[in-house]
Order: sequence, then C-alpha cells, then structure tokens
Amino acid sequence: MNKIFALTGVVIKELYRRKDFYVLFVLTAVLTLAAGAVNFFHDEKIVRYVKDICLLLIWISSLVIAIVTTARQIPAEREARTIFPLLAKPVSRGQVIAGKFLGCWLATGMALVVFYFFFAVITGSKEQSWPVLTYFQAAWMQWLLLGIVIALVLLGSIYFAAPSSTSTISFVVVISILLVGSHLHVIALQQPEPMQTVLTFVYYIMPHLEWFYLSDFVVYDFGHVPLLKIIAATLYAAVWTGILLLLAWLGFRRKNLTT
Amino acid sequence: MKISPFTVLLTLLALAFTLALGLAQDAAGWSQRGKSGNVLGMMFGDGRKLLANQFFTMADVYFHSGYYPSVFDNKAGQEDEPKAIVAATRGHEGHDHETGDKKCEKCEECGSFLGQPKDWIDAFGRNFKIAQHTHLEHGKEREMLPWLRLAADLDPQKIDTYTVGAFYLRNHLKHVNQAEAFLREGLRNNPDSCEILFELGRLYRESSHDLDRARNVWELGVRKFLARSPAEQKENRLVFEELVVNLGHLEDEAGNYGQAINWFHAAQKVSPNPAVLQKQIDEIQKKLAALLPVGPAKLY
Repeated sequence: MNKIFALTGVVIKELYRRKDFYVLFVLTAVLTLAAGAVNFFHDEKIVRYVKDICLLLIWISSLVIAIVTTARQIPAEREARTIFPLLAKPVSRGQVIAGKFLGCWLATGMALVVFYFFFAVITGSKEQSWPVLTYFQAAWMQWLLLGIVIALVLLGSIYFAAPSSTSTISFVVVISILLVGSHLHVIALQQPEPMQTVLTFVYYIMPHLEWFYLSDFVVYDFGHVPLLKIIAATLYAAVWTGILLLLAWLGFRRKNLTT
Repeated sequence: MKISPFTVLLTLLALAFTLALGLAQDAAGWSQRGKSGNVLGMMFGDGRKLLANQFFTMADVYFHSGYYPSVFDNKAGQEDEPKAIVAATRGHEGHDHETGDKKCEKCEECGSFLGQPKDWIDAFGRNFKIAQHTHLEHGKEREMLPWLRLAADLDPQKIDTYTVGAFYLRNHLKHVNQAEAFLREGLRNNPDSCEILFELGRLYRESSHDLDRARNVWELGVRKFLARSPAEQKENRLVFEELVVNLGHLEDEAGNYGQAINWFHAAQKVSPNPAVLQKQIDEIQKKLAALLPVGPAKLY
C-alpha cells in the first residue's frame, strides 16, 4: 500500500506544480465575479444566475483537470522512459495503475474543495445562506463522477496512441453521457432495428454519469437528495470505477512498453 | 531595377488607404451587423434572435426551478401552450398547478412530461434531478430577470420579453419604476406594439392608480391595433379584446357609463364569450338609468 501512496504523492505534486489548476481557477473566479458584478434592474438579491455560471465553470474546469491530468500519466512515463526504472523497483503494474488513479482522484478532489469553497463564499455573501449539506452532496457526487471519469481515461490511455486522442475521446464520451445518457432509451425507441437494440444495450451497459450531476439542487435551492440514494450512487460509482480500473490493469499487464 | 522594401511598403499602404476611401461608402451597405445599436447585436448578427429565444426559455426554466422538458422529452399537448411565465401575465397559469415547493397533485392528470418511470434506471435517476412541478413565488421571481434582460438586449423586437419582465417587476417585486422603464424601452424599440401599451396601461391603472394615463395609453393601443392590416388584426384579437374590455372597466369606474358601454360593445365583436360582456353592459345600463334625471311628468 505504501508503494501506491508513494505514486499517489508524485501525481499530486505534479498537479500543483503545473499551471492548469491555477489558470482554470483564476478563470472561474474572474468570470464568476464579473457575472456577479452585473446589475439587473437594480436588484441586489438576484443570485441564481451567478450560481449557475459558477457551477458550470467548476464542472468544466474539474473535467478538464481530471481528463488532461490522467490522460498524460502513463504515456508520459513511457515517453520519458521513466516507466522502466519505476517497474524495475518492486512495484507491480497493478500498483502503478492504482497509484496513478488514486493520485489523480485525490488531486481533483483537492481542486474541487478549493472550487466549492470559492463558490460557497461568493454565493453565501450574496444570498446570506449556507446550505452546507446540499453543497457537500453536490461536491461529493461530482468527485465520485470524476473517479469514474479518471478510471475511464486511464483505461483509454493504455489503448489509445496519444494523450490528445485519449483526452478528446474521453471528453466526447463523458459529455455525451451527461447530455443524452438519461434519454438514450427514448431515442432508441425511435430508431429502426438494429440501431434500436444497440442503443438500448448501450443504455443499460453504460455508466450513468448524469446521476451525479446535482447542480440543479444547488442552483434552485431544492434541498438535498435522501442519504440512502447517495449511498446507493456511491456504491454504483465504486463498482464502475472498479470495473474500469480492472480493465485498465488487464490491458496494462499485457502491454508491451518498448513500442 | 531594384526597389527598396520601404518603397513597396509605402506603395501598398497608399493603395490600401485609397481603396479604403473608395470602398467605405459601399461597404457600409454590405452588412447590417455594424448598424446594430448594441455590442451584442454587432457580435451575433441575426443569430442573436436564436440566443434571445434561448434566454427567454431559460427564464421559464428558472420559473419552474429546473423542472423543464428537454428536446428528448414528451411534449405532446404542450406545443401550443404559451410558456407559463407568459400565461401568468395574462391572468392564468396555462394549467392548474400548485405553486411553491408543494408538488402539483394534478401533474399526472395533465400530462407531466416525465410520465411514469420507463425502467429502473429512469426511476433511480429521478432521485438526482428535480422532478417536482413548482413555480417561483415570494419574491424569488427576481431570479428570472437576468435572462429576460439578456433576451431583451439580444432581440429588442421580442415583445413578450418586455411584457413578462414588467409584469413580474411590478406585480411580484413591486419595482414599479423599473417595470415602467423596461416597458418604455420596449416601446422605443417597438413603437407600434399594442401588447406593450396594454401592459403599460395596466401599470398606470393597477400600480400608479393614474386612470387618465391608463386611458390615454390604452386608447393609443386601440388606435395602433386598428392601423394594423386585417390579417394582423385577426391574429392578435386577444390583445384588442383585453384593451377594450379594460377600457370599458376603466370608464365604468370613472363614471363614464356611455363610453364604457361603447367599449364593451366593441369587445363583443371579437370576444369568444359575448354573453358575459352583455351582462356587464346590462349592469352599466342599470347604473345609467338610475342616474338619469326624473322627468316632470312623473313628479305629478
């Protein structure tokens, strides 16, 4: 386990040494503050559009950080040939996968904490209310989603040729699931065979990332999701993360690293 | 012959300057975008109208706190319904829903777009999205305003933006001056709009209690309506009916019963329910009869 944590620490250090997070955070902060400064009909109490914009930017930023950071982990090690001394030490390929995953997941988690703290301060100062449980649920579910996404990107980075292609394909897949995931069954019913069966199969087999999008509850002050449902969603996310990591390990185990 | 690069540069600059002078007059007419009155108009051109519609829809999404059909959801039976925020300005909600945080008990009867869960994934997924039909209330209607402001900036010819925005500013947020300013802005952009004049008249009558200004504005609205083509008049009968019925009530309130009867007669010609208006005419006629001086023959 210590070896996994050592790898995790390296990945976290890499995130705070790189400028990605800082640039995205500053961009999010500037855009949110600019949006919040706009005066509509001299009404100071209008706040939901600021929450909406800020959460959208947080989602975009966190997805960019998670996907871009993860996509370059293994290809960068191969390109710099640091993967060989790493594996020459008594570190198994499974531990490399686990360490890389944990590092990326914890790093994005830390970034999320900073983003949500900023969000809570900005909206709390305008709204004078602090629905901590709703914020916590939204951040937790987003972090779980990022866990699945990181595992998916890690799997992709083993099979695809370059980090750029892995990142692009991952973005397309994640955004497609978020946008049409819950409607795929309805879309399938309108298609001719065999597309209907294919889409229905995809609907049942894909990870339903759209469940983890709780921004509407935060923006519209709609309370919180029952705890049991959150626990069930957490289990669902853990299972999917496990499946994807297992597939990544199976691929990496047989991977020829010299080519 | 060797030409210095500076000479070539100067020649090209002179040529560009001459062409610019020659073409400036013609180029002004090539695009309408540069003539737009605001920055958004210059940036988006005619595409801004699409964005304006999207922002207007966003106001309706906020009004429903995110409970809103997507392009994939079943919207059967809802296509011809006006948006709830528009319906509310006309004194009805389009369909009978509870407001606030209370769930609408009639959603299943009136065809909620979500319907019954299609499978276990759909059923479980509904725990993580807003699945209750509510409307904003208690001053929270203000949250729609940024989208309406943006919609008005992007498409100044969209009448509903002004009437809806002014309605909520005046009725729910009590910002009468802001509502009037918004309607005046709409009127500057759409000088022939009877709808904006009608809403402005309501503001003067219901919020400012200024019957004279309300009368003037509504009468102007009637004149603008009558100046429209017959096809346009047929299409916008509702606003004419609203104008003349309200004028009738106003004159009734002011004690000008003869004029009130004239307006109600005009409303009967376009109303789907003239019998109700006839009852009001009968009542006013009774008031009028009671006011008439009693003749000398009856005294003796």
